[in-house]
This record gives sequence, C-alpha cells and structure tokens, in this order.
Amino acid sequence: MKKKGGKTVPAISTSSLPDVIFMLLFFFMTTTVMRETELKVQVQLPEATEVQKLEKKSLVSYIYIGPPTRALAAKWGDSPRIQLNDTFKTKEEILDFIAAERDKVSEADRPYMTVNIKAHKDMRMGLITDVKQELRKANALKISYAAQKALRRGE
Amino acid sequence: MADIAFLLLIFYLVSTTMNVDSGLQRMLPPYIDPSEKQQTNKVNKRNTLLVFVDAHDRLMVQSKLAQVEELNSIVKEFILNPQNRDDMPEKTVEKIDLIGEYPVGKGLVSLQNDRATSYDMYMRVQNELVRAFNELRDELSADKFMGKKFEELGEAEKKAIQKAIPLRISEAEPRDMTGGKK
Repeated sequence: MKKKGGKTVPAISTSSLPDVIFMLLFFFMTTTVMRETELKVQVQLPEATEVQKLEKKSLVSYIYIGPPTRALAAKWGDSPRIQLNDTFKTKEEILDFIAAERDKVSEADRPYMTVNIKAHKDMRMGLITDVKQELRKANALKISYAAQKALRRGE
Repeated sequence: MADIAFLLLIFYLVSTTMNVDSGLQRMLPPYIDPSEKQQTNKVNKRNTLLVFVDAHDRLMVQSKLAQVEELNSIVKEFILNPQNRDDMPEKTVEKIDLIGEYPVGKGLVSLQNDRATSYDMYMRVQNELVRAFNELRDELSADKFMGKKFEELGEAEKKAIQKAIPLRISEAEPRDMTGGKK
C-alpha cells in the first residue's frame, strides 16, 4: 500500500495563510462584543428552560450579585456583594446607578431599558429581594433574571 | 502579514465575549411606600393561586406542600379552569381579533418567597410558572393557527394569543419569617 521511492513531499504553500487568518479575524470581529466589565464576584447562573434572549445590549444594565472572587475574598470576605460597573456597591447606590444608566440612553428608548440581574445560584433571596425593592424604588421595573439555557425534559 | 493577522486575531479573542445574555424577563410592580395605607386587595380570592417557597426551599401551593414537577400541571389547570369550578378563576368571554370569542381567565399567580429561600429554587419555580404559561400559549396557538407554535407566529397573532392567555405572575412583597437571619 505504501508508496515507495525517495521523493520528498513539497512544502505546503503558506501564501494563503494571511487570508485564512484574516477571515477568522473578521469572523470574530463581527460575532463578538467587547468585554465591558471585569467580574469581581463569582456568578454561576442557575438553569432555566424558558429563557428569552435580551436584545439591544445598549439598553441593558447589569447588576451582579454573588460572593467575591477568590482573589478578592481575602480583602472583602466571602459574604455576597453587589457589583455595579467595576466596583462593589451597597444596595442604596442602585438608585444612583439606575439614574446614571438612564442618562446614557435617549428619552425615546428609556421605556425599553432592562436591568439584567446576574446572581449566583447559591445565593439566598434576601439580598436579591433587597435589590428588587431598590429597583422598584428607582422605577426600573423591567428586569431579567439571567439564566443559562437548559433543554426541556424530553427534548 | 500572517503574524500581524494572528496578533489581531488573538487580541480579539482575548478582549471580546460571545455569549448572548438570556434570562427570564419579568415586570416588577411599581413601588408602594409602606407608610402609605395598604390598599385593599381587589383581586378575588378564587382568582389567585398562591405559590410560596419557604426558607427550607419547600414549595407550597395554596398552603399545601407540592413538588416543583407538579407545579406545571397545577398552574395550567388553574389558569384554564376547564371544569368551571367555583374555587378557580372566573372567566369572561371576550372577542379577540383573529381568534374570535374566547373565555379569558382572570387567574393570577402570586409568587412569594422567604428571605432565606435559595435563588436556585426560586428560579426553578419561576421557570415552571413561565413554562406553564408558554405551553398553554403553544396549545392555543396550535389550535387556532394550524399547528404553529407561539414563537413561530407573526406579530398580530402573538398579540391575540397574549390577550387570550395573559402572563399574570406577581412577585409579592417579601415575607420575612427567619427574624433577619441570612
């Protein structure tokens, strides 16, 4: 079966390599979005089957709730915290955060603003309930509980 | 050339994310100042299904223990009230575009939780509630629009189905029965 003879195989031409890489590059440039915040809390999302996709990323504000990451646990302890933008905040600061987020979007889009609550699944509801109450005070009523998509049983 | 392209590629790989945010979308009720006088609850007792998750993640439906797996069928039966029982929601026949006359139930699912309920359990219950509503909508849309699922419908048809089966899940004021323990 093996071919015999001492003929050397010619080297593969690499002249088209840049084209291939550029194609990959453009693919990634179009399909991905820039990372905006660095996570300071551990967030392991719960699973749900009935999730809906959040459209219009510019209208979504994020609230992360969870225990601080391992690197930060030494300084901040391991009790759950709220992260807004890049820093830990107390729940009272949510009002200001929502006001700031509201200023960023045009008036016409304000009714469509959504707050995405990304909370760790082992959290207790206490802190999340507090956050919800603050959001109600801030009149940011459209929320989304972030969850991972899971398949329905039997599908 | 390839080196530069590689460099750019790696930069994009590191600095961007691909995941699409998904989650259960919900509307919160407007804030009511607790100092204000509590307005009397106008919702009739037969129209509310009380779902409560306690501090030990036990699920209670109408003050009776239940399993998360049962919740789907309980909610479905409650919303549709197929036997017209008088301890389940009343229905009013409404004329809806594209569907015609349809008995719209007045049922409301009230979800309550304790401060010590785990988020995971809360989400599982939320998910089951939404699933029940979604399946009801799928069934109705399959019945009215030639076997199509709710998600596959056009804008006008979706509105009609939403009118016939409104998503009424209320997240009531929290209860605290642990005495502040977290």
